[in-house]
Amino acid sequence: MWAYIVRRCVMGLILVMAVTLITFVLFFASPIDPARFACGKNCSEEQRDQARKALGYDKPVYEQWTLFMGGLVKGRDFPADPELRKAAPELVTHCPAPCLGYSHLNAKSVNDLVKEAAPVTVSLAIVALVMWLVGGILFGILAAITKGSFLDRGIVGLTLIAYAFPTFFIAVFFLKYLAVKWQIIDYPAYTTISEGGVWAWFTNLLVPGFTLALVFMASYVRMTRAFVLESMSEDYIRTAKAKGLPQRKVLFKHGLRAALTPLVTMAGLDFATLLGGAIITESVFTYPGLGLLTVQANAASDLPTIIGVVVLAAAAVVIANIVVDISYAFIDPRVRLG
Amino acid sequence: MDKFLVVDDLKVHFPTVDGVVKATDGLSFELERGKTLGIVGESGSGKSVSSSAILGLHRGTNAQVSGRILLEDVDLLTLTNEEMRQRRGRDVSMIFQDPLSALHPYYTVGNQIAEAYLVHHNVSKKAARKRVVEMLDLVGIPQPDRRVDDYPHQFSGGMRQRAMIAMALINDPTLVIADEPTTALDVTVQAQILDLLQTLQREFNTAVIIITHDLGVVAEMADDVLVMYAGRAVEYGAAKEILTHPEMPYTWGLLSSVPDLMADPTEKLVPIPGAPPSLVNLPPGCPFSPRCRHKDKVPGDLCTTALPELTPGTRGEGHLKRCHLANPDEIYHEEVAS
Repeated sequence: MWAYIVRRCVMGLILVMAVTLITFVLFFASPIDPARFACGKNCSEEQRDQARKALGYDKPVYEQWTLFMGGLVKGRDFPADPELRKAAPELVTHCPAPCLGYSHLNAKSVNDLVKEAAPVTVSLAIVALVMWLVGGILFGILAAITKGSFLDRGIVGLTLIAYAFPTFFIAVFFLKYLAVKWQIIDYPAYTTISEGGVWAWFTNLLVPGFTLALVFMASYVRMTRAFVLESMSEDYIRTAKAKGLPQRKVLFKHGLRAALTPLVTMAGLDFATLLGGAIITESVFTYPGLGLLTVQANAASDLPTIIGVVVLAAAAVVIANIVVDISYAFIDPRVRLG
Repeated sequence: MDKFLVVDDLKVHFPTVDGVVKATDGLSFELERGKTLGIVGESGSGKSVSSSAILGLHRGTNAQVSGRILLEDVDLLTLTNEEMRQRRGRDVSMIFQDPLSALHPYYTVGNQIAEAYLVHHNVSKKAARKRVVEMLDLVGIPQPDRRVDDYPHQFSGGMRQRAMIAMALINDPTLVIADEPTTALDVTVQAQILDLLQTLQREFNTAVIIITHDLGVVAEMADDVLVMYAGRAVEYGAAKEILTHPEMPYTWGLLSSVPDLMADPTEKLVPIPGAPPSLVNLPPGCPFSPRCRHKDKVPGDLCTTALPELTPGTRGEGHLKRCHLANPDEIYHEEVAS
């Protein structure tokens, strides 16, 4: 099993490296010149070249990539140009490993930007995950065991509605009606635990969390319903009934055990995807998470920040994949890692 | 007390959009303790549906079950769901066809067998485990105290079926229904399993219904035989009489389809032409008539217009057949068996 884990981790590292390389190539293939943004509007050709050199964008793509990877492993000093560092040592910023880059626009290392934004995104993702798992599994089971009834049709119909409305619409709807027009809730604004305590942190996450959870919940309701129906028609359910087990035990011990196992995979991967930032939800609610950071960096052609967040998101997905696969060895006795 | 088990005019109908599927349509038979009844027929002839009705496994589905199933003078069809559940696995138990899919993949064999014991006995888990180990030993599982913690996939096919038998017999039931218990097994293992069933039947004086399409199994195990076709009994009587002097062309067809090790290898097997009829809207007349080679020996178009009644045959008391042929025994020995 350890050999398996090591092999998966090595493969994961290679995958993350490949993602960074592709990201670099993609960005340098685009016509955007980050040096022009850094230099400002009234900027001569000469000044622009100077800025490009200071930012390290004058080097070929593969060299920049090697520098980036080196920074991930060993840490880096900025600005990238060694002559500039020598000329103005008081302006040098050290970015310790794993260094995700330096945002000239924000005059901060990407690590610092991520450190500020990540707690918002992680909080949002956790609250949403709990909501959609509880809601999705509960309503999914309810729909499955009342299959064909009005309740089942009602639940399935509601999931269709939740699917059909885009997240930005739902978010704006909640803000406009719940917070502004009817004033049922306070206008949600992210509060850290150290600022406002756990309660304020939690209550402020409820509405954005629910907005984010809704579309996931809809698909989890339908998946749970399908998995439970499938599992309840298996031969081992007939065996369980033939033993004389009461119906609830047939459902909860035998039916759900098999039905909910695939949800572990889905939930793990969906959660990991959200760790890269819930772009729409964070943007509409202006929650300063990784999603909002990415949107802002995109608008300002802040390449280092974009690359840093992409690498982080890729790493989250790769790690979640490994964790899900390993957890399967504990969930399903038939799975042997190797 | 009359007979141990009396099934009288059992009907299991499934309403569907295409019409009512009459999976079992007026089935009657009797069984004494310690005796074995073989139910034979092609797939879809209603064998499994009928036996599931004895366990009450159609409860909670849209099946319409009518008639009487008297087990020691108690009509199982009049019991409440809870009363039936308490009998299931305790008085009547079932051995299923494919033990790999009939056992839950996520629970140990011991856990699943102990569950069958615990649901009907108020004992500690430790006592149940001890009983499970005894049962596994009884059905011939080597090192039962260790194998009790194995998962089904760690057992061989024969061992899984032995475990199923242990599960079915752990509550000392008076009636065991074995639904094609050897179909999924190797020939050598089949013989061992049948042998085991017979030994345990003698030891516990259990009544056994064995459902099979294998006439070899019937010859080996059964005291009585019930041949089913299209949801109805077509021939019923003592096994040794029916296997040597069958009086219904469908039974002849089944017997001619069995390869004989001693026969001349150049001689071809005689399969029954055609396929079983759809159980929705059976045409009038004998349901077997479209496939019957001997219907021209019946005067007029009786075979296609009138359903033959189940009438006494010539082979002893209790022998019943459903056929219009006037002298079936003669035809069989002159034309079919020679």
